[in-house]
Amino acid sequence: MKPKSDLPQGTLDLLILKVAAQGPVHGYAIAQRLQQVSRDVVQVPQGSLYPALHRLENRGLLAADWKETETGREAKFYRLTRKGRAQLGTETASWRRLTAAVGLILRLSEGGAE
Amino acid sequence: MNWWHRLLHRNRMEQQLDRELRFHLEQHTADLIAQGCEPGEARRLARLTLGGPEQVKEQCRDARGTRWLEDLAQDVRYGLRTLRQNPGFAAVGLLTLALGIGATTVMFTVINGVLLKPLPYPEPGRLVWLQERTDWKTQRGDVWALTYPNYLDCRRGTPALEMAALFYGGGTLSAPGAAEHVTGFEISSGLFSVLGIRLLQGRAFLPEEDRPSGAPVAIIGYDLWQRRFAGSATAIGSEMVLDGKPHTVVGIAPARLKLLEEDVEVLTPLGQDTSPILHNREAHGIGAWGRLHPGATIEEANTELAAVGRQLAEQYPKSNQGRTFFAEPLRPQVGDNRATLWLLLGAVGLVLLIACANIASLMLARAVSRDRELAMRVALGAGRGRLARQCLTESAVLGLAGGALGVLLAAVGIGPFVTFWPGSLPRAEEVHLDGHVLLFTLAASLASGLLFGLAPALRAPARELEQALRAGSRTVAGGSRRLHGSFVISEIALAVVLLVAAGMLGRTMLRLSSLDPGVNIHNVLIARTALAPGTLASPARIRAAWEEILERARSVPGVQSIAMVDTVPMRGGSNQIPYSTTPAAVPRNQQPLVFANCVTPDYLSVMGIPLRRGRFLTDQDRLGGEAVAVIDDVMARQGFGGQDPVGRQVWLSFALGRPPEPVTVVGVVGHVRQWGLAADDEAAVRAQLYYPFAQVPDGLLHRWSEVMSIAVRTGIDPLSVVEPLRKEVRGASNDQVIYQIRTMEQLASASLARQRFLLLLFGIFAGLALLLACIGIYGVLAYLTNQRVPEMGVRMALGASAGDVTWLVLRESLGMIFAGVAAGSLCAVAAGSLLQRSVEGMRKAEPSTFAIMIAVLMIAALFASLLPARRASRIEPMTALRQE
Repeated sequence: MKPKSDLPQGTLDLLILKVAAQGPVHGYAIAQRLQQVSRDVVQVPQGSLYPALHRLENRGLLAADWKETETGREAKFYRLTRKGRAQLGTETASWRRLTAAVGLILRLSEGGAE
Repeated sequence: MNWWHRLLHRNRMEQQLDRELRFHLEQHTADLIAQGCEPGEARRLARLTLGGPEQVKEQCRDARGTRWLEDLAQDVRYGLRTLRQNPGFAAVGLLTLALGIGATTVMFTVINGVLLKPLPYPEPGRLVWLQERTDWKTQRGDVWALTYPNYLDCRRGTPALEMAALFYGGGTLSAPGAAEHVTGFEISSGLFSVLGIRLLQGRAFLPEEDRPSGAPVAIIGYDLWQRRFAGSATAIGSEMVLDGKPHTVVGIAPARLKLLEEDVEVLTPLGQDTSPILHNREAHGIGAWGRLHPGATIEEANTELAAVGRQLAEQYPKSNQGRTFFAEPLRPQVGDNRATLWLLLGAVGLVLLIACANIASLMLARAVSRDRELAMRVALGAGRGRLARQCLTESAVLGLAGGALGVLLAAVGIGPFVTFWPGSLPRAEEVHLDGHVLLFTLAASLASGLLFGLAPALRAPARELEQALRAGSRTVAGGSRRLHGSFVISEIALAVVLLVAAGMLGRTMLRLSSLDPGVNIHNVLIARTALAPGTLASPARIRAAWEEILERARSVPGVQSIAMVDTVPMRGGSNQIPYSTTPAAVPRNQQPLVFANCVTPDYLSVMGIPLRRGRFLTDQDRLGGEAVAVIDDVMARQGFGGQDPVGRQVWLSFALGRPPEPVTVVGVVGHVRQWGLAADDEAAVRAQLYYPFAQVPDGLLHRWSEVMSIAVRTGIDPLSVVEPLRKEVRGASNDQVIYQIRTMEQLASASLARQRFLLLLFGIFAGLALLLACIGIYGVLAYLTNQRVPEMGVRMALGASAGDVTWLVLRESLGMIFAGVAAGSLCAVAAGSLLQRSVEGMRKAEPSTFAIMIAVLMIAALFASLLPARRASRIEPMTALRQE
């Protein structure tokens, strides 16, 4: 098993928003989804998941309701607010710009080594 | 959920957080079991991945954004708990603070009501007060009240202003009901609309009533309405007889209406007054307000007034040359109360500061003995900032609790304080606790809390952790000793300031009350007297009426002698006229002024004024004979140098528009402190002259009669002759009244009321300051000495005597006392000169005052330090060493 890398700073919020964008979801499911999506490469520190969820809720980017799961248990479901959707858009765009720029720099230096 | 919700539903939030995390753990465990994990192992793994639930919860709580408030609540609870644990400290601290803040709040409430609140009129910023100014000065300065003709011309020539004027009025109200004197004013018809006052009932005067031929109408004050008409609505339109003339009541003024700080009982139209004095362009005595029209500025108004001034100076050079008019923003008339109020606020502020220093040193001592606890908390992870914040919260809790108690004290104390105010406090009706006052008290409480909490807070985390934990609270660092010392020093310095101020006031009071007022104030009764309106028709009847009053009053049992007098000493009011000792014309701005008093011959014996030379006025000095006057020794010196003035002449103009007339000086009498015991020395005009009522010309007799009082010397308590006297002088028509009845003792005492009041309060404040400073010294020394018990033990074991140890402690306290006295003396010199400038009759602080007050302080302070010193000297060396 490869050693998992840490999540870059600030990206946890982005990932959470992205997951929540697909419909109401509870905390455990978010953790699972992140784990699956990132195919066990990225270590999601579960301890920081809940503080992040609460922070996003306080900032009005997420809203929460208590609902029943398919197994009939009460859980806190998070969904994206209108404000959260807008935030997701801007953050995705800026993430793309950043990775593109970083990729460009990496390619440049590789080219320089040739 | 918003921020408030999150704070209010803290418990529900906690439950939900708990449920959410539990759900996560259970789901994860279930999944792991489904993947084939053994249940116990699954639970362990799930817990491990999530991390410690308490840490996660704590981080979630931080994310809530209400953290600081929750901490605050916790700190407040903690603060209250520590206060409860230490009831002695809490009680002393609270009481000191409550007194300090309460007194400060009372002072601020009065200042707020009297000085800071806007005038109780709509748009007070557009109101102006109108006066005249000359380009030459007399002893009274260059600002004059308007004359009525000038006022009328100003009103015509100033489109920027809507104007209204007023003149002193009132008179004898003889129906309905028994005759009595009523106070009041003659006002122009626009007065109520200019000031923006609404009448309670009825209407204001109409412009056509504000003319010489207008129908006689009157507006009555609320109290008079209640008293004479029982508050009935039928008062409007009914008739009342004022100065013998029927008037129709057209309006009722609102309750507590004051004009120029005087109660209003009756108002009549100014324009109907045809007396020559009102229409004389040289008779200054009109009060005039103006309201700026919308869009107009005060500068425009002043430009227009100046133009009127120039025009009138050309038109009437005799009266108006060098004279112009000006408007200034209307301000409350508070006189010398302003200085008194700020002085007192300063004094209570000092007391509050001393209280804060006291509590600060108590709190510091407590903080030092809590070092172990604080160090323990730092070791357990509390941040430095968090500890400092907790200390400050604790002192803020104490400050606010003290403030709340202080507001209660102030609410109770404000009424009596206003009642005890010397004389009547201007705008007293505006003085009450309101939002501004509460805001001030809140700020003062928090500032106090910050002030006495700062030292312990800054100090708290500054200690070496490990050392603190090990050493406990035994040793005291030099920094803390110095801090304690500086609190004691500042307390002593502040106490010195208050003590010296109180000492100065005390000496002033002693000096002033031992001054010779120039009259024998015992057993003299003074009353203003209004002749029956019917007698005022002819000069002969006026003279006869006065003769009869004097005659009948003499027959009242207990009355020894009686005289008439125009201006009574120390009662206020004045008649100052220019005089010269040569017949040559002297420019009026170079003529000295003399206070001229119109009296009857018995005045000298009634008042007990000593005769220095020549004779006093006699019954032979009558109209048609030689005009005579008696002067006081001040005028004798001022006007005649070293020469004998008896037989010489002075030229005086007794009434406006009359050419100066020569008057022969027939005698010299002692100076009377006419303007009050304290104020007379500093008065601009001190020269005095007496002239006989019998020589007042017929033309002036009516006007003179309106201002005369009677002075009665009695062989018994003067107040006991009031009722017989009142009955005796009622006259044939039963409408001759005496009013404003005082004894000379009352007047003399009232003339020192301000000084006495200040002395009383400063005395109380100084006593309080002394007490607080002594408690402070005692507390700090007891604490410091206690910290040094092991050191003392070693010293004694090494052979120090009890005396040596006592001296050791006393030396420390003496050092603080001397430093405090030195700093305090410097401040006291500054405070003293402030006091000297703002209180009449105050002299520069004498060195002996300083010496006495500082000696008192030193004795008290040494006494307070003796107790801890003696306790230190009784230390058992062995017990002390074992304690280490």
